[in-house]
Amino acid sequence: MNGGGGDGAASSGGGGGGPPQPLEWRFSQVFGERTAGEEVQEVDIISAIEFDKSGDHLATGDRGGRVVLFERTDNKDNGGSRRDAEQMDYTVRHPEFRYKTEFQSHEPEFDYLKSLEIEEKINKIRWCQPASGALFLLSTNDKTIKYWKVQEKKIKKISEMNIDPSKTPGQPSSSSPPPVVANGVHADPAHDYLSKFSFPPGGLPSLRLPVVTSLETSLVARCRRVYAHAHDYHINSISNSSDGETFISADDLRVNLWNLEISNQSFNIVDVKPTNMEDLTEVITSAEFHPIHCNMLAYSSSKGSIRLIDMRQSALCDSHTKLFEEPEAPGSRSFFTEIIASISDIKFSKDGRYILSRDYMTLKLWDINMDSGPVASYQVHEHLRPKLCDLYENDSIFDKFECCLSGDGLRVATGSYSNLFRVFGASQGSTEAATLEASKNPMRRQIQTPARPSRTISSMTRMVRRGSESPGAEANGNGYDFTNKLLHMAWHPTENSIACAAANSLYMYYA
Amino acid sequence: MAMVDEPLYPIAVLIDELKNDDIQLRLNSIRRLSTIARALGEERTRKELIPFLSENSDDDDEVLLAMAGELGVFIPFVGGVEHAHVLLPPLESLCTVEETCVREKAVDSLCKIGSEMRESDLVDSFVPLVKRLAAGEWFAARVSACGLFHVAYQGCTDVLKTELRSIYNQLCQDDMPMVRRAAATNLGKFATTLESSYLNAEIMTMFDDLTKDEQDSVRLLAVEGCAALGKLLEPQDCVARVLPVIVNFSQDKSWRVRYMVANQLYELCEAVGPDCTKTDLVPAYVRLLQDNEAEVRIAAAGKVTKFCQLLNPELSIQHILPCVKDLSSDSSQHVRSALASVIMGMAPILGKDSTIEHLLPIFLSLLKDEFPDVRLNIISKLDQVNQVIGIDRLSQSLLPAIVELAEDRHWRVRLAIIEYVPLLASQLGIGFFDDKLGALCMQWLQDKVYSIREAGANNLKRLAEEFGSEWAMQHLVPQVLEMVNNPHYLHRMMALRAISLMAPVMGSEITCSKFLPVVVEASKDIVPNIKFNVAKLMQSLIPIVDQSVVDKTIRQCLVDLSEDPDVDVRYFANQALQSINGAAVA
Repeated sequence: MNGGGGDGAASSGGGGGGPPQPLEWRFSQVFGERTAGEEVQEVDIISAIEFDKSGDHLATGDRGGRVVLFERTDNKDNGGSRRDAEQMDYTVRHPEFRYKTEFQSHEPEFDYLKSLEIEEKINKIRWCQPASGALFLLSTNDKTIKYWKVQEKKIKKISEMNIDPSKTPGQPSSSSPPPVVANGVHADPAHDYLSKFSFPPGGLPSLRLPVVTSLETSLVARCRRVYAHAHDYHINSISNSSDGETFISADDLRVNLWNLEISNQSFNIVDVKPTNMEDLTEVITSAEFHPIHCNMLAYSSSKGSIRLIDMRQSALCDSHTKLFEEPEAPGSRSFFTEIIASISDIKFSKDGRYILSRDYMTLKLWDINMDSGPVASYQVHEHLRPKLCDLYENDSIFDKFECCLSGDGLRVATGSYSNLFRVFGASQGSTEAATLEASKNPMRRQIQTPARPSRTISSMTRMVRRGSESPGAEANGNGYDFTNKLLHMAWHPTENSIACAAANSLYMYYA
Repeated sequence: MAMVDEPLYPIAVLIDELKNDDIQLRLNSIRRLSTIARALGEERTRKELIPFLSENSDDDDEVLLAMAGELGVFIPFVGGVEHAHVLLPPLESLCTVEETCVREKAVDSLCKIGSEMRESDLVDSFVPLVKRLAAGEWFAARVSACGLFHVAYQGCTDVLKTELRSIYNQLCQDDMPMVRRAAATNLGKFATTLESSYLNAEIMTMFDDLTKDEQDSVRLLAVEGCAALGKLLEPQDCVARVLPVIVNFSQDKSWRVRYMVANQLYELCEAVGPDCTKTDLVPAYVRLLQDNEAEVRIAAAGKVTKFCQLLNPELSIQHILPCVKDLSSDSSQHVRSALASVIMGMAPILGKDSTIEHLLPIFLSLLKDEFPDVRLNIISKLDQVNQVIGIDRLSQSLLPAIVELAEDRHWRVRLAIIEYVPLLASQLGIGFFDDKLGALCMQWLQDKVYSIREAGANNLKRLAEEFGSEWAMQHLVPQVLEMVNNPHYLHRMMALRAISLMAPVMGSEITCSKFLPVVVEASKDIVPNIKFNVAKLMQSLIPIVDQSVVDKTIRQCLVDLSEDPDVDVRYFANQALQSINGAAVA
């Protein structure tokens, strides 16, 4: 599973030549850019971003329950000659996307039994393997998962018919509402008549089939299935299995397993709900299937642990196969320790060997074969440590930042405040650490801070800590803008291209 | 726009509605596709209707599903078998849609058509279609292809046959697990059409690959293939090639695979024959009965009787019975429940002595299980044990269990036991019933839950049928009649309900002498609900009693009710009066 040039992931040590050169990030595109002084509408704020497996499509979901699809416009060399392609190579080739379509995935609802409003906000989007030329994806809000098919459909225009609807007043023409009896069966007055009718052997030449002219096509999104009523708590993740027929959905306390084709039943595979809710100390924050092994999945918790479970062992996977936890540094415990340890997102690397996790302060990379501690840890918010009290006061400490890995596993990225995001080199020996701003000029706020392994006493030999120095701009300036947070981002599966959401705008960068 | 003659109007509408915006109308037209084809004639069906339908594959799934089904029986409408090939293109495009049920229907229809086609047409059009689908860009096409090979293969030339086998082999190794699953599912079907030499060489190699697949979902389906292939192979080949696979599967890392083995074990035993069953599969089965995963034990426990039927009693007692004992105290209630539902079947296999010695203790412990489903499952299969060990031994342990279930706090459990009471009554005999169960039956009529009261009333009727009206007259009727005076109107109503159910069984005489006076009395009740139920009840009594009784008593009572101040009472009284008049006219 080597997406790009280098095949080594973090600890492969590089077959030679050391770590890859740091990337130089450039602005590629922006969708829905805010003009100066423009008020952001709450419903327009992007709440989910996901590339499909090929990287030819990108989907975003927003708080208004809409899903917007983008498609890649470069490298689609249909008809384009080789020379054109080569010429394009001359100029910089990088993934470029254009708006494809959008649809309303979820609507606000009200749960009358629990007297609870259900927001339409899209929490997660996952692409499914296409069975035909159409696109398929799963989208979820807090409670309900939906399976969508987006397909080119011909616009039908009927140009010739047997009966001219305009010339047959009083007759049951096709345009009049059909007589439907109570149980939904179409009452057909012609039924008896037709079954007795004897047709001449050659047929009736005066009858003709309707002629349909369809030149244009339009994209139509259809909801194929709705997976509802399986979660008592808010759904935080959905993830497809590599078997192509199942997916999981996770809420605060449970993980359920579904078959894509069956929407009326799911199996509970993880249940961390204690018999007495007062004993509750830990909730599930994120869950993901292993990209290759259909039997393995990982979920993270609010206490900062990641559990790997093997669905082969048991139908109910309450006991984990492996537990990844960082031992708490002695003496450092404070009121915030547990809050900032909470993992907001986990992602498997493409080859399934590593798990990337994001907690409030750091990004951590775990080798699934080593449960004693992370192989690498990247400081993202270390400079905020003195401000934890303020962050707690304004609830920012509970912000859930997502993280992502590059397709080749060589780099990791995650978001931060002031619409900044950070990219780190994940291969051994790499000191790459970049801070970029989600704007047309990503390097504007960046002060090059060549990261180096920190020299703290506690740093273990195998662990590389980097980026611990806070980017100068924020440290010197009047601090972070906590309202502009970059929570959602995704890395293109095969190229060095990142999509990230700053409020209602989708920014894309390449290197 | 053409105008159509008046008599053709309905068929013209039907055709136009093939393209209506309303899906219900399109569906209606598609379902009458044969009518449309007859109206157009065979030639125009081939040249116009079929191409027209081929263009239609982006319609809604319901329409596509109906179309896929209709086309399967369309050969007569296109001019018979020699034109059957024109039906392939629309079905081919239906084989590539993403909705599974549409694809499956299209594959079904293609198989139907293919099996009727002439051999030359099969080679000219059906085989190329299969090859196209198997090479399809999207997995949906390749999945569909897997289901067509067994039809395509017959009547092919040797060269083509070799090609088809190699294509199938590729499908077994497809990148997409969905395709490999389809290949695994259809392997048995394909194998039946193959010459036996290829069976041993090529099919078994494909099968071996599938059994080693890293996707659990593929290996699962390969388990089913074991039984199918085993039956096709010579016994010695089966033992050599399939048996090791089964034994391996029974120790698979994935509980879902082991679960599948537990479910399929009976068929697998049949495939490998009795000798290997004894030497190899008994140990495998014992392992499954002791599996770590409850789901596997549930599946295995549910097959205990079927499996023991294959063995002689000694082997069963020696190997299986110890496991069964353990399962009867399994930590999972669902395992015990599965065991309870089949364990009775072991009694005839083991014979009387062994049953009393080994089975009875298990059986008694399950009867005392804390989980009501377990007890219910035992009681529902009572007849099988009764035959072996006799009712006396049973009844002492049975009664407490029944009484406890009858008073269980879950009404569904009470409901289930009520359903079994007539069966129990017939097995235990009148004497036992009178002593112990009679009181319970009356108690149910006053249950807090309507469903239980209703079932209780129905139960009385079934008991009356079972033991005869004379017995019912002594043991049931007095209590029911007494209930009509109950201060609670719901209980009075239930008494009326019981009367209406029992009246047909008890016959005209008892109805007139015992029931009718009480009912007439009830018509003067203060609660309107009672009164209109009386009206309904009277209506149901009309066919049972003599016309003279109707005229003398019932009519008068209904006329009184029809002047009641309550609108519902008047309504039902009038309904009943109408049916009297209706009966009189007839």
